[in-house]
Amino acid sequence: MSTFLQYLIYGLQLGSVYALLALGYTMVYGIVGMINFAHGDFLMIGALGTFFIAKLFTSFNIDGTYPMLIVAVIIIIAMLGTGAIGVGVEAIAYRPLRNKPRMIALITAVGVSMFLENFPRALPFIGPNPRSFPTLFKTVRYSFLGASITSTQIIMISLAVVVMVGLYLLVNKSKIGAQMRAVSMDKDAAALMGINVNRVISITFFIGGALAAVAGICYASVYPQVEVYMGSWLGTKSFIAAVLGGIGDIRGAMLGGFIMGISEIFATAVNSTFGYAVGFIILIVILLVKPAGIMGKLTKEKV
Amino acid sequence: MNWKKLVKTAYPAVIVVAIYLLTMLLLKGGLLNKYYIQVMMFAGINIMMTASLNLINGFTGQFCIGHAGFMSLGAYGAAIITTMVFNGKNIPVLAQTPVFLLGLFVGGCVAAFVGALIGLPSLKLKGDYLAIVTLAFGEIVRAILRLIKPIGAARGMIGIPNYSTIAWILLFMTLTLYLLKNLIYSPYGRAFIAIRDNEIAADVMGIDTTKYKITAFCIAAFIAGVAGGLYAHLLAFIQPDSFSFVKSSDFLVFMYAGGSGSLTGSIVGAALLTMLPEVLRFLSEWRIAVYAAILVLVMLYRSDGLVGGKELPFMRIRRKELYEEPLFVRKATKKHPSAQDR
Amino acid sequence: MRKYLSLVLALCMAFGMFACTSTPATTGPAAKDTATTDTAAGAPAVETLKIGVVCPISGTSAIAGKYITHGVEVVEQELGGKINIKGTDYPVQFIYMDNEASEEKTTNVFQKLIEEEGVIAIVGPDMSKCALAAGSIAQNAGCPVVCTFATNTAVTEIGDYIFRACFIDPFQGQVAATYCWNTGYKTAAILFNNADAYATGLTDAFISSFKALGGTIVASEEYSGSDVKDYNVQLTKLAANNPECLFLPNLLGEMPLQIQQARAVGMTCPIVCGDSADTPEVASVAGAAVEGVVYVSAFSAESTADAAVKFVQAYIAQHDGESPNSNAELAYEATKMVVYALQNAPELTRTSVRDTLATISNLELPSGLITVGADRNPIKGAVIMEYDAAGVSHFVTAVNPS
Repeated sequence: MSTFLQYLIYGLQLGSVYALLALGYTMVYGIVGMINFAHGDFLMIGALGTFFIAKLFTSFNIDGTYPMLIVAVIIIIAMLGTGAIGVGVEAIAYRPLRNKPRMIALITAVGVSMFLENFPRALPFIGPNPRSFPTLFKTVRYSFLGASITSTQIIMISLAVVVMVGLYLLVNKSKIGAQMRAVSMDKDAAALMGINVNRVISITFFIGGALAAVAGICYASVYPQVEVYMGSWLGTKSFIAAVLGGIGDIRGAMLGGFIMGISEIFATAVNSTFGYAVGFIILIVILLVKPAGIMGKLTKEKV
Repeated sequence: MNWKKLVKTAYPAVIVVAIYLLTMLLLKGGLLNKYYIQVMMFAGINIMMTASLNLINGFTGQFCIGHAGFMSLGAYGAAIITTMVFNGKNIPVLAQTPVFLLGLFVGGCVAAFVGALIGLPSLKLKGDYLAIVTLAFGEIVRAILRLIKPIGAARGMIGIPNYSTIAWILLFMTLTLYLLKNLIYSPYGRAFIAIRDNEIAADVMGIDTTKYKITAFCIAAFIAGVAGGLYAHLLAFIQPDSFSFVKSSDFLVFMYAGGSGSLTGSIVGAALLTMLPEVLRFLSEWRIAVYAAILVLVMLYRSDGLVGGKELPFMRIRRKELYEEPLFVRKATKKHPSAQDR
Repeated sequence: MRKYLSLVLALCMAFGMFACTSTPATTGPAAKDTATTDTAAGAPAVETLKIGVVCPISGTSAIAGKYITHGVEVVEQELGGKINIKGTDYPVQFIYMDNEASEEKTTNVFQKLIEEEGVIAIVGPDMSKCALAAGSIAQNAGCPVVCTFATNTAVTEIGDYIFRACFIDPFQGQVAATYCWNTGYKTAAILFNNADAYATGLTDAFISSFKALGGTIVASEEYSGSDVKDYNVQLTKLAANNPECLFLPNLLGEMPLQIQQARAVGMTCPIVCGDSADTPEVASVAGAAVEGVVYVSAFSAESTADAAVKFVQAYIAQHDGESPNSNAELAYEATKMVVYALQNAPELTRTSVRDTLATISNLELPSGLITVGADRNPIKGAVIMEYDAAGVSHFVTAVNPS
């Protein structure tokens, strides 16, 4: 029982990273209708950026930890910065392609992703070195029904849930949320209703980037190794999670993320040799049972 | 009498032979060296992969992002035949060709069989959901291949004979393009395109969408399998991780950068983008960043692909030779952005 | 007519693409032969000797490429742009080529170096998979290759032109197993990457050696691929078996997190790693958890041998205080082997360089005196190193091949 609980905690820990990243995917998909394959690299920028920002604040570092206020400042700067990069990428690379078939935007996103990974790699002060992520949250270990859980894990898991709820409320209850939903339904009609479509999409990308930065900080806090290529596979995994949950659906993204994380951990626990393949088999089975993802609805196509 | 017709149908073959002879001549003359031949061979294999992916994604409107999975099956299938069954390094020269061809055929068949299996979910899944299944399939194949000890597990398979030459690759590339061209201008091709443009309408019109979608996957997988076999006998070494999602996404990039729904686009996209990183070698560590920037610019300024959905004359059958109206009417994409990629 | 014109244009474009990249190149050994006779005849013009360096400058293994480049650069600076061969100064040029850690790109790069640049020898690649794919090209072209870190046994079996500067997987696995047994650990647990040839090779060698010595492998867990960064489950399961030591034969990108997570799940047993742990990043990323981690290494930076001291000092001075790791050191050794062969070859041809490489014996290099064996693997010892609390590794013991 305690082992089961322990594995569940590991699954939730991994799942919360997937969920946070999947939320960004699903937001962009739901509103702009494109798959932003560079989203995983926003995570990298967030994490690597935090590393460098924390270095700037290094004089505040006492005994290896930062005061809470400084941590908050660091995180906010990282979120704003990554969000701004998200907005910039959208304005430069995606906006001109908005009325093109969405596969075009997807391939552009692949290019952007390659650029975001290899440009910092070529910069001499960043380079390919893996770096140790600074300790932002002090890790306290709690024992709970025989399993151990750290404060960082609790922060991560609850953060994923809080962010999901926050986003859900933002999209469904706020004014900007109403605009987002309008743009998602029909860009042209939304524009006719006086909605500034460009602004709404920019905001969407800003939120996506900021969320990726949060995901990056969380990820790097439990797996404290940051380097320029860290985001690519995580991004793919989270994209899978978003699709699994039903892409475009905020609740689905979180559900998908947690299911991915937990199934990955339990498949490994049963047999670590086949765990990797089994994770993907579970995915296929779920999709065959629910062809539009767990929360997704099959849309009727009109001819 | 039929000389004219014969010339008409055969001239692509003449072009390929001419390219081959020219290459050999330049090689002899010292203007080209083996490095260019090597890059050309990879370009040829990539053209096969991209054109076959185009059949699934560009012509039938399905969304496969695990194409390297088919390639790996073909590569391993062919390599097992030539290396483990026939011990290809120690057989007489005369026997090499049949063994090689048998290997490629078996590799293609293995891939085609699995391709049909992967086609099955496409009956139920659409768009991104199908994409994820194909991706998952590619990863499962990779995960299984690296656990099988007799074929080298994670280290990969070594000692594969070096059978692939530029002539073989050009030959198979030509056959692929010839096959795909004829397929696309056949009733099958029209069914594929109908499914791409509107699946429900196609269904209502009496097209057996199930059959055609599986056929498309099957044929594309067969070609990818053969390309994989050529790849294995070119590198003389294969390992499961060469056929990862990164490789699949390379083919996607080649295909869309060249132009979706255009065989010429696949040729141009695959050939140019295979060469581009080599041309950029002088940039050292900035190389991939510049390559990515060029790719983004291409997509921004030529978003219908480098050839913009057009076909070169030899990749096209002239309209008057067909009974019907032109197939490739450029649609107004503004109103229904989803129409072209579904 | 127009369509033919367009075709011709397309062809011109395609070949233009090729042509614009082609620089007038000397064609390999033939050109070398004439050049050598020129020098022998006392002609003042001496050709430039080119040495190719193949490593991953971009892609996920770029960190290894950085160290390899830096290691070769030390030799480059030592030589100062020229190499003295029997009294004549030859200009020497190192051509660095990025293989993106991909076997396909490595074959391209090998062809380019051999056919277009006309290099006399190649240093690298560092990965077994790349060496296995590209080795036959060099073998068929008759160009000597000294791999830096390609530890898989099959690499030098490709042919007599393929050498390496590192020891092979079975030897390293045996060294690790012997160290564990001699230190008194009777049981061991292993966590390894089943998608990686290096990790699986070391694991197999370790298991067979350790069992032969009388030890027991109480548990072994796997994960698939370098993308996986969560090892908690595997480590929890291993910890439940209470092994006396934990063997981690994995790559640099994975090891620090494994060390850290092993300590976090409550594994207190000693940790033994493969030689990829010999890099400053392991200590900096793993932090406090690195204390007491023991690893097999090609050389010790603490070595007081002249060659080692000279290398380490030159490296640190040249690269802003960065300390060398195994990648850098092996790249340095591989390059030194090539330079030695060039200086001692009877004539400046690839074949002659190969023959000289094969007869290297007791060459003084940072890791000790190197002799190239009959199977073109160096006969060299390994050292066991241990990290202290500050993340600095210290020499524990040396193991020489039996």
